[in-house]
Amino acid sequence: MIRKHILIALVQDRPGVLNRIASTIRRRNFNIDSIAVGSIEVPHLSRMTIVVEGDDAKVEQVRKQLDKIIEVIRISDITNDNPVAREMAMIKVKASASTRSEIIQITDIFRGNIVDVSPDSLIIVVTGNQDKIETLIELLRGFGIRELSRTGTIALPRGGAGPLTIEEDKPLRHVVEHIPAEEEELPNW
Amino acid sequence: MMKTGAEILCECLIKEGVEVIFGFPGGVLLPLYDTLPRYPELRHILVRHEQGAAHAADAYARVTGKIGVCLATSGPGATNLVTGIANAYLDCVPLLAITGQVPTNFIGKDAFQEIDITGITIPITKFNNLVTDVEDLAMLIKEAVHVALTGKPGPVLLDIPRDVFLGKTEFIYPDKIDLPGFKPKLFGHPSQIKKAADLVNTAERPVIIAGHGVNISSAHVELKELAEKSQVPVVTTFLGIGCFPESHVLSYGWLGMHGMGYANKAVHSSDLVIAIGMRFDDRATGLVASFAPNAQIVHIDVDPAEIGKNLPVDVPIVGDVKNVLQVLNKQIVKREHIAWLSQVDEWRAMHPATEVREHEGVLPQYIIRQIYEATRGDAIIVTGVGQAQMWAAQYFFYDKPNSFVSSGGLGTMGFELPGAIGVKVGAPNETVWCIAGDGGFQMTIQELATMVQEDLDINIAVFNNGYLGMVRQWQELIYNKRYFGTQLYNPDFVKIAEAYGIKGVRVTKKIDVRPAIEKSMAHKGPFLIEFVVEPEENVYPFVPPGKMLVEFLELPNHATSLKK
Ligand SMILES: Cc1ncc(C[n+]2csc(CCOP(=O)(O)OP(=O)(O)O)c2C)c(N)n1
Ligand SMILES: [Mg+2]
Repeated sequence: MIRKHILIALVQDRPGVLNRIASTIRRRNFNIDSIAVGSIEVPHLSRMTIVVEGDDAKVEQVRKQLDKIIEVIRISDITNDNPVAREMAMIKVKASASTRSEIIQITDIFRGNIVDVSPDSLIIVVTGNQDKIETLIELLRGFGIRELSRTGTIALPRGGAGPLTIEEDKPLRHVVEHIPAEEEELPNW
Repeated sequence: MMKTGAEILCECLIKEGVEVIFGFPGGVLLPLYDTLPRYPELRHILVRHEQGAAHAADAYARVTGKIGVCLATSGPGATNLVTGIANAYLDCVPLLAITGQVPTNFIGKDAFQEIDITGITIPITKFNNLVTDVEDLAMLIKEAVHVALTGKPGPVLLDIPRDVFLGKTEFIYPDKIDLPGFKPKLFGHPSQIKKAADLVNTAERPVIIAGHGVNISSAHVELKELAEKSQVPVVTTFLGIGCFPESHVLSYGWLGMHGMGYANKAVHSSDLVIAIGMRFDDRATGLVASFAPNAQIVHIDVDPAEIGKNLPVDVPIVGDVKNVLQVLNKQIVKREHIAWLSQVDEWRAMHPATEVREHEGVLPQYIIRQIYEATRGDAIIVTGVGQAQMWAAQYFFYDKPNSFVSSGGLGTMGFELPGAIGVKVGAPNETVWCIAGDGGFQMTIQELATMVQEDLDINIAVFNNGYLGMVRQWQELIYNKRYFGTQLYNPDFVKIAEAYGIKGVRVTKKIDVRPAIEKSMAHKGPFLIEFVVEPEENVYPFVPPGKMLVEFLELPNHATSLKK
């Protein structure tokens, strides 16, 4: 089945990591929808959220390939875990005296914020899932979008410890996932 | 003590057990070349082209089990290594490529001979790094060597700028490495192994497919134990050749496009495939959708990304082959498969793929068999790519691990000559035969000079068929004999050898084949034989692309023309 997959990864901050990850995905001819990278609570580590569209089995193959990159400490496909996924967009729209209030109204409905106002435009910041952001963009298109910048998706699994949670008493460990279901008690083949 | 980067590199390599560097100098490497003579423990072998350095280091690693090291200057030196690195990548060979780089303050400015070699080699290395600070050098070398050798081996590259060679720092050889993302899984999951044992213990028509991983993990004894205990016929992959003695009663050759018909039939008809240290390459499986259609598959491999990549498997076991087999063998019961084995024997009698047919002219197959007989099989065969490579795999019988050294995954013409150099340097007491096609030989022919300079006792057999034979064969069989771009104008190979200071003979008659082989082996130092062979001989069996393993073509009337 072809669909969007959300991969989350814990990686070491070393030169070339992003390059290696992108190169591995490109090799299998996937389009990267988005990659978001940021530092985390532990020094020298970053967390990435990668959204790719592809066939389940092929994405799993790529995930294993990505897992082989030395700097990738853990990587997990959380698509099926109903994760909380959000992105942020900054939208600069044309706004005249006559359209401004309508734009503000729409922004309010989407719980967006106006962060900059100039005589002929506004900058709106909005966060939400992809659908919500795309709907807002569609609505604003009629007014004239001058610039648009999106962060790409970031995601966290719901509930307690997730696949990337770093436990204080446990050293960072490589997790080999996708165990045959009945082997759950031992987390690898 | 304060040391320069160049000194640190040399000392680290020595500490890692490196004895040989195949290299070629250049501007940015001068500080290192000025340092190397102070470390006589490191033998530097000057090649004639950096591709040769990479192939030689690769072949050296295959026969020694140690890491092979090649060294090239920045820019063109580094890009010349690329084919050799790719070759090592696809055949899982531990190779450390060291490249010089322009000084750090020139990087990114398209400086003279500056190339982003770490960028170029991302897809063909397990690990690579631009060393920007002499402080990091020792640790990066340690990490690189560890990664190259651990888990599924492969090439690594360190790009070292000129000023890092010159920079000084306190030298502390690191005793540990911290790579939290690199934890290869070396031991198989017990319950998966148990499942595999149950399948092996109940199968009626099992077959083992043993691959290069058996050699890499030195699991020959364990493989033999498994095969004998459970009486399972063993077929190898092309790169697995030699990992199970071909003289063993349970050995049934190798499978795939040019593999033995009986091996292909055995795999196709089996009810259990025990795949060990192999990766279901398309040259091995034929039409993958119809591969072993009635078999369950147990797949043992150290690389989790290989599991289920080309075909679904029933019992995957991720772990080092030797470790897994040690545990598995304990759970295997003694069995007999008399009916199954006699069935496979029957196929062997029907499809005698390794018999040389009676023929007046000089058959390449005959030459290989004569080399086999003259050496009594006690030699290391290094090949190029093409028809001669396939005949070398079919008509010589390999009983020793790593006695067949060939470019499998990348299929790199030109591997033969530098490969033979690496093998001889790594295994100086072995008889080495380089089996070269007239095409491939000319791709790295300049390494003849390296052989002479190092006085390496290598037997070179050039198979002069006047064609890029393997491509010509496809043009004959698949493109209705429309030969184009495959005919070779060849130089006088014996004169070429002579010009390099190498003794040589040309053989055009069958009766001269054996004496020439004997003469070459009696000669100390490199010796070249140009065999002028049947130009349009084909390699059989041949599974045409897109066909099932059992749809192999055989030489028309082959069975009836065999000498008894
Ligand atoms: C570097 C490289 N270029 C092209 C090929 C494609 N190729 C595969 S076999 C072959 C012919 C090899 O000719 P030769 O070395 O004369 O060996 P023969 O098949 O005649 O024994 C060619 C061109 C290759 N494998 N490697
Ligand atoms: Mg040829």
